[in-house]
Amino acid sequence: MSAVVARAGGVFWLPVVLAVIAFVLIGVPSSWLTLTVAGLSMGLMIFLMASGLSLVFGLMDVLNFGHSAFVSFGAFVSASTLAALSGWLTSGSLTLEVLALALALGAAVAFGLGAGWAFERVIVKPVYADHLRQILITMGALIVADEVILATWGGVPLAVPRPSFLEGAVIIGDSSIEVYRLFAVAVGVVVYLGLYLMLNRTRMGLLIRAGVENREMVEALGFRVDRLFVLVFMLGSALAGLGGAMWAGYQTLITPDLGAEILVIVFIVVIIGGLGSIQGTLLGAIIVGLMQNYVGFLAPKLSLASNMILMMAILLWRPNGLAPAAK
Amino acid sequence: MSLLSIKDMSVDIGQYSILHGVSFEVQEGGVFVLLGRNGAGKTTTLRAVMGLWKPSPGSVRFRGEDISGLHTSDIARRGIAFVPENMGIFGGLTVAENMVLATASGKFDASRLERVYTLFPALKKFWDKPAGALSGGQKQMLSVARAIIEPRALILIDEPTKGLAPAIVDAMGEAFREISASTTILLVEQNYAFARSLGRDVAVIDDGRIVHTGTMAAFDADKDLQDRLLSLSAFQEDHE
Ligand SMILES: Nc1ncnc2c1ncn2[C@@H]1O[C@H](COP(=O)(O)OP(=O)(O)OP(=O)(O)O)[C@@H](O)[C@H]1O
Ligand SMILES: [Mg+2]
Repeated sequence: MSAVVARAGGVFWLPVVLAVIAFVLIGVPSSWLTLTVAGLSMGLMIFLMASGLSLVFGLMDVLNFGHSAFVSFGAFVSASTLAALSGWLTSGSLTLEVLALALALGAAVAFGLGAGWAFERVIVKPVYADHLRQILITMGALIVADEVILATWGGVPLAVPRPSFLEGAVIIGDSSIEVYRLFAVAVGVVVYLGLYLMLNRTRMGLLIRAGVENREMVEALGFRVDRLFVLVFMLGSALAGLGGAMWAGYQTLITPDLGAEILVIVFIVVIIGGLGSIQGTLLGAIIVGLMQNYVGFLAPKLSLASNMILMMAILLWRPNGLAPAAK
Repeated sequence: MSLLSIKDMSVDIGQYSILHGVSFEVQEGGVFVLLGRNGAGKTTTLRAVMGLWKPSPGSVRFRGEDISGLHTSDIARRGIAFVPENMGIFGGLTVAENMVLATASGKFDASRLERVYTLFPALKKFWDKPAGALSGGQKQMLSVARAIIEPRALILIDEPTKGLAPAIVDAMGEAFREISASTTILLVEQNYAFARSLGRDVAVIDDGRIVHTGTMAAFDADKDLQDRLLSLSAFQEDHE
C-alpha cells in the first residue's frame, strides 16, 4: 500500500485526490472552483500561522501553546495600523494604498520578531527540555496575551479596513473568485518559496534541517543550536503575525478569541503534516483548508467535526503525520 | 602534559549516579582503548567528555584547560570530534551536506577531502545521495569522515564496529591506523581483537569506575587479568 502511494508521487497528491472527489460530489464546476480557491487561500494562510510552530517543535522539541498569541497580535496590530492609515486607503491613490497595506503587514511581522525574541528569552528558555512546564507556562502566557488584547482593543468586534484594490472579485466562467483570496494565495506561495530556499540553499537552513534531525550531533560538530533556535523562534512568530494580519483582512471583522480558534486548527495542521517539516505543514494546511470549504458546502453540520475526523483518520494511517522531518 | 586528563569524574543522569570518580590520562598520539562490559559506563564517559552529560566540575582537562563546564560546541571547537554509538548521521541530508556541516567555515580543504575520498571511496560515490540511504558500514564511514575533515587533536569513537561485516571492520581498522598517525583516538570497543590490533594504551571501566590502566601489550599478555576484568567469554573474541 505505502509502496503504491510512494510510487504515485507520495502523499503530496492528497489535495488533488481530495479536489477530484469534491468535484464529483459537488457536481457544479463553478461552485467547485470557488470553493477550491477559497480552500487554497485558507490553507496558505493557515500555513503561515503553522509553519513557525512546526519548526520550533522540530528544532528544540518545544511545545509552544502561546504560538496563537502572535496570530492574534498580528491581526490586531495590522488592523490598527490600517485604521490609523484609513486616510490613505480612501485617498484613491494606489501607491498610498499599497504602502498602507505594506506597513500594516510589516507592523505585524515586526511585532512578531520583537515579541518572539522576548517570549523565547523570558518564557521558553527556562523550560527547554521539560514538556510539562512548557505546556503550563506557554498556556499561561497565552491567557495573559489574550487579556492584554482584551484590555487594549476591547471585547467588541473590530472592523478591518481593506485597501480597495483587494476588494471585489474576478469572474472566471460562472464562478466568482474574491481578489483577497488570490492575494492570500500569492503571499502564502511567496513565503513558502522563501522558506524553502532558506532551508535548502543557505547554511543557516542546513543547520536548521540538521538540528531538527539530531540537535546533539549539530552541537558536537561545533554549533550553538540554542542560538539558532532564537532566530527560528523569531521567524516563526513573525510568520504567525503575518498570518494573523492576512487572516484579519480575510475576516474583515475580528474579535479577541480569534487566536483560540486558530490554535486548534494550527495544531491539527502541524500534527497531520508531521512535525518539523515545512513541506508537511504546507500539505496539512492545504488539506485542512480544502476540507473545511468542501465540507462546509456539502454538509455544513459536519464542518466543525471534519478536521478532527480528518486528523484521526490520518494518524491511524500514519502515526507521525503525512510528511514528517527525518529523525 | 597529557592531551586529555580525566580526574575523579562523576556523572549523574537524572537521579542516577552513573560514573563514580573515573580517572585516566590519554597521551598524545595513537589509539587509547577504553574497554568494559555492557553498561559499564563507556558511552557515558565519552558523552561527558563531549559535554553532552555534565561531568563533575574540574574533572576534565584538555591540553591543560578545564573543559568540564564548557558547552558541547565549544568543546568541539577546541579540537575534539565525536563519533557516537548510533553514528549521528543526518539521514535526511545528503552525504555532502553531512560533510559540509562538519567544517567550521562551510568550505572543504581540498587535500583533506581527497584524503577522505581515499580512505572511504564509497562516500565519493554516494556524495549527492541522502545519507539515510547508506548501508550501516557506509554510515559509520561518513561519521568518521566528518570527524577528520577538519584538523582535530582528539577523536572520541564509540563502538565503530558494532554490527559491521568483517570486511568492513578490516577496512575501518586500516582507516583508524592511518588516522591515528596524525590524530589521537579514544576508542570504545567491544570487539577485543579489533581493539587489541589498534590500541597502544588501555583503560578498563567497570560499574562506573576505572579498574585498570596500562599498555595494550601488557594487558593482552595477561589472560587472567582480561578474564577477571572483562569476563571475555561474554565478549566476541573474534568477529567471525
Ligand atoms: N539516559 C540514561 N538514563 C538513565 N540511565 C542511563 C542513561 N544512559 C545510560 N544509563 C545507564 O548508565 C550505565 C552506563 O551506560 P553506558 O551507556 O555508559 O554503558 P556502556 O558501557 O556504553 O554500555 P554498552 O556497551 O552497552 O554500550 C548503564 O547502567 C545504563 O543503564
Ligand atoms: Mg555504549
